[in-house]
Amino acid sequence: MEPFFVRALLAAIGLAIIAAPLGCFVVWRRMAYFGETIAQASLIGVAAGLALQSNLTLAVVLMTLAMAVMLMALERQRIVPVDSLLGTMHYVALALGIIATSQLSGPTVNVMGFLFGDVLAVSTPDLVMLAAAAVAVYGTLYWLWEPLLRLSIHSDLAAAEGVAVQRTRIVFTLLLALVIALAIKVVGALLAIAFLIIPAVAARPLSRTPETMAMFAIGIAVLSAVAGLYLSAAYDLPSGPSIVVAMAGFALGSMVYASVRSKTALTS
Amino acid sequence: MIQDGGQLTAHPHVHGPNCNHGSPVPPAPANALISGHGVSVSRNGRALIENVSLSIAAGEILTLIGPNGAGKSTLVRALLGLEPLTSGRIERKPGVRIGYVPQRFDLDPTIPLTVNRFLALGTSSGTGTWEMSATLGEVGAPHLLRAEVSRLSGGELQRVLLARALLHKPDLLVLDEPVRGLDHLGEAAMYDLISAVRDARGTAILLVSHDLNLVMAKTDRVLCLNRHVCCSGRPEAVAAHPAYAQLFGPEAARAFAVYTHHHDHTHDATGAPVPQPASKPAVKSLTKN
Repeated sequence: MEPFFVRALLAAIGLAIIAAPLGCFVVWRRMAYFGETIAQASLIGVAAGLALQSNLTLAVVLMTLAMAVMLMALERQRIVPVDSLLGTMHYVALALGIIATSQLSGPTVNVMGFLFGDVLAVSTPDLVMLAAAAVAVYGTLYWLWEPLLRLSIHSDLAAAEGVAVQRTRIVFTLLLALVIALAIKVVGALLAIAFLIIPAVAARPLSRTPETMAMFAIGIAVLSAVAGLYLSAAYDLPSGPSIVVAMAGFALGSMVYASVRSKTALTS
Repeated sequence: MIQDGGQLTAHPHVHGPNCNHGSPVPPAPANALISGHGVSVSRNGRALIENVSLSIAAGEILTLIGPNGAGKSTLVRALLGLEPLTSGRIERKPGVRIGYVPQRFDLDPTIPLTVNRFLALGTSSGTGTWEMSATLGEVGAPHLLRAEVSRLSGGELQRVLLARALLHKPDLLVLDEPVRGLDHLGEAAMYDLISAVRDARGTAILLVSHDLNLVMAKTDRVLCLNRHVCCSGRPEAVAAHPAYAQLFGPEAARAFAVYTHHHDHTHDATGAPVPQPASKPAVKSLTKN
């Protein structure tokens, strides 16, 4: 195997392992559109990073974190429904990002690269960063898992029982913004949220507890990363989209399995 | 235990022709598990509850009644620390343990959750399967340990929520409309279960109900809320109070009185209650007519 392909494989598998458990919470807490809006802010980060000639990954991370904080603050208002607010912010961020990148002088910016990602261009420092992020995400989830789960099940019940609801929510949202920024590096802004939610969707019909669902999601995400990259290499297909299609295949299979199982349960 | 006995405690401010005025809210008794003092909550400039004082003593059942929009859930949430107070204060006995059953529990079906996983969440790590099974048995749902929470019926879900609250070994159970969504038979069974839990464990219970005819016979005290405390006292005293009749209509007052008198106790010549042997209330008496 070529070294660039090994790096791509490691990056895709690493991202799969990081994103899948968080993706379960995104599904449970119905935050897919929230995440999508954060992802769209990344293009502004790219433009800012290029304009200031600073580290692009750092610029994207800062921008997604800033967007997450802004959305958390805006969610408190009661004038506009939250989904309309997210829709507004989503398109404003995208429009601003496109305007900002169009104004940059110098070498042409590869906007497509940021919208769809380029996992085959992942460098060794990128891998080191992913590994560090994996440690940070799993370390945080280790103490955040139970309060976050209780919050997702019933936030008032959790608060009455002494869970620090507000703090848990903020830490989770910041963690989510960080993982979205990393996913953008691998699969691009348009497909980042797919990496979070599709494995969780595929895992749901197979699971009876939150923990098994997270395990299935990780497994499905890793298998999809490998299968998608293999497809992309064998048939010369774009890599990020190939991984997403592989994930969708698992999701379809799992839903068909669930509906067949529930039919046999009814007839037997 | 029952701090204001059979006497009525009227709210301390003027609001209408049918409430008593002037008698100040008594200070919380020394054995109060939790008490609120002049609690007010408003949201967007609109008062939800105003100047409410109450206390719950160890082992007593206090039922909170009031029409829709009276602020019952707001008061409960304020007592639990879920609602910021505009004024007043909440006092909890140090170390008091509270079990809470919220009014609504709509589990998102995307969360896979079995009853045993749900029961284990947040309870001490030593809570084993045996204890969970025993507690489910206590609430009449021993077969549900492996069931999926999102597939439970309304009555089953209430029992599982009650079991979960009991696993926290509470000194006080806060049950916000525990008969919500149950039919009359289910309601009667749930009220029987709640008083059985009190008798077996000595747990104090704060019960919220909007169904005035069905306030359980074993309630020690009733607090009638309509944003402020309209009146409070023993069930039969509240039912006879003009403020109660004004809020809910004389029909409701009569039905309520009939229920308490016929299914819990009779009265002797002096008017003091005489307990009757426990018997299942007939379904007919639970309906309004």
